Amino acid sequence: MSQQEKIARHVAGIGRSGIRDFFEIVQSMEDVISLGIGEPDFDTPWHIREAAIYSLEQGRTGYSSNLGTPELRQAIADYVAKHYGVSYEGRTEVLVTVGVSEAIDLALRALLNPGDEVLYHEPCYVSYNPSVALAHGVPVSIPTHSEDEFRLTATELAKKITPKSKVLMLNFPCNPTGATQTEEELRQLAALCVEHDLVVITDEIYSELVYSGSRHVSIAALPGMRERTIFLHGFSKAFAMTGFRIGYACAPVELIEAMMKIHQYGILCAPVTAQDAALEALQNGARDVRHMRREYEMRRNFIVRSLNEMGLECFRPQGAFYVFPDIRSTGLASPEFSLRLLRAKNVAVVPGTAFGPSGAGFIRCSYATGLPEIKEAMGRLAEFVVETAGARQRERVSA
Amino acid sequence: MDALLELLSHHARTSLEDLARELNSTPAAVEQRIQELEADGSIRGYQAILDPQKTQSDLVTSIIEVKIAPERGGGFDRLAQRIAKFDQVESCYLMSGGYDLLVIVEGASLQEISQFIAEKLSTIKGILSTATHFRLKSYKEKGTLLIQDPRANRLPVAP
Repeated sequence: MSQQEKIARHVAGIGRSGIRDFFEIVQSMEDVISLGIGEPDFDTPWHIREAAIYSLEQGRTGYSSNLGTPELRQAIADYVAKHYGVSYEGRTEVLVTVGVSEAIDLALRALLNPGDEVLYHEPCYVSYNPSVALAHGVPVSIPTHSEDEFRLTATELAKKITPKSKVLMLNFPCNPTGATQTEEELRQLAALCVEHDLVVITDEIYSELVYSGSRHVSIAALPGMRERTIFLHGFSKAFAMTGFRIGYACAPVELIEAMMKIHQYGILCAPVTAQDAALEALQNGARDVRHMRREYEMRRNFIVRSLNEMGLECFRPQGAFYVFPDIRSTGLASPEFSLRLLRAKNVAVVPGTAFGPSGAGFIRCSYATGLPEIKEAMGRLAEFVVETAGARQRERVSA
Repeated sequence: MDALLELLSHHARTSLEDLARELNSTPAAVEQRIQELEADGSIRGYQAILDPQKTQSDLVTSIIEVKIAPERGGGFDRLAQRIAKFDQVESCYLMSGGYDLLVIVEGASLQEISQFIAEKLSTIKGILSTATHFRLKSYKEKGTLLIQDPRANRLPVAP
């Protein structure tokens, strides 16, 4: 048996992440300004880091309950009730995980029988498609469009529902597009989910980061949805705690119990130091979130205007920390655009195709980077666009 | 706080053009608003935040706790304002607790400051006592950490 043949078929079938190839090129270069980073540039607020140190000092270095520490689970239940308007029982309906990534994997493995179809909007976070495949499900992407500001419409969803559809995955605010859904749009999706008896996995990791005074609504809060929704959230984005790896799932007790079985044997429990830090974040971190949101919003304003002025059209996203400009006017495909930009100007952006085929013609720019770097990057990007247009002009003339 | 004031209080040197982009406004509108804020006294000035260790400043900074006798009709104001007007006084606050005024004084040397206290401050009628502390080292200045931890590198590209 060759090494290749030793690999399970459903694992061998998964492609390498497009982001990873690109990452390796970027890493080999020096002085790159990166707009390709999907994590906050803020350090974790000091009081949260200090709480982790205190936890270690207190010798809190053992296992916790599989579900997570009781204090953290209760704090999560309170937080979700207060901010999202959905009540969960802290003792039985909350599961603390190693980031939302683990929670997605648990949810899919807990729900899917081989061949079940999972619907998700695309462009989307890189793990959705492979996680479904790893759970022996069938990924069914629903392309979203720049004309709709990358929202998922009920019409598009309805077209893809079949008798095998079991799960709908949602991620609003969305990585990579920054798209958000209004309450009315969510209601229409919810009606379809009820009609076709779909379970919803809603990844709301960016939900604190919504701008221009708009209000985030969770689909879990809509009538008839709590019982068919697995609500996923975590601390990475809003509290700048990516490396702590703490996420959580809230769902009816039977679903949490099923997810816990997998978590219990695969992970046992999330690290206790990080759980203690997360508790501090929920108890005393609201001010930090407000501060970072405000900063992100001003960067968003800056980057959206700069991109539109240089001819890379993008709508003004209301959430997350990404913009997803249209680069088709340059005549370059997304990977080519990103590579040439990197080589010519030392600016890294992620090709839209890394987030699924429907990201073709777009790039993702993260504004989780300091304003001075963003400014410099926008200047270089504008030069690149002009030079690319000039080169095309010359090609046309000589042809 | 007003978003513009917040931006200026952190980076007073941001250009009008950049402020306008961040606030989704126009440079002319931002300039006009700044002029209004300056005119009504909301913005009193612009300063650089210096690191005395780097600038090798020889200035000595002292923090003085001052007890004063309040006066009928004016309370602490008249004396506080009188003290605040000295050029040597960098800041002056009315405090709750064990003393009344907190006065921050800068001087070229310990001697200069003690002279100021002995000759100017303590001799004012109504000053009951002073307790002077000298600054040894600065760790944080106006929200800016002067001693930075080495920054952890983020991955250059992440999903």
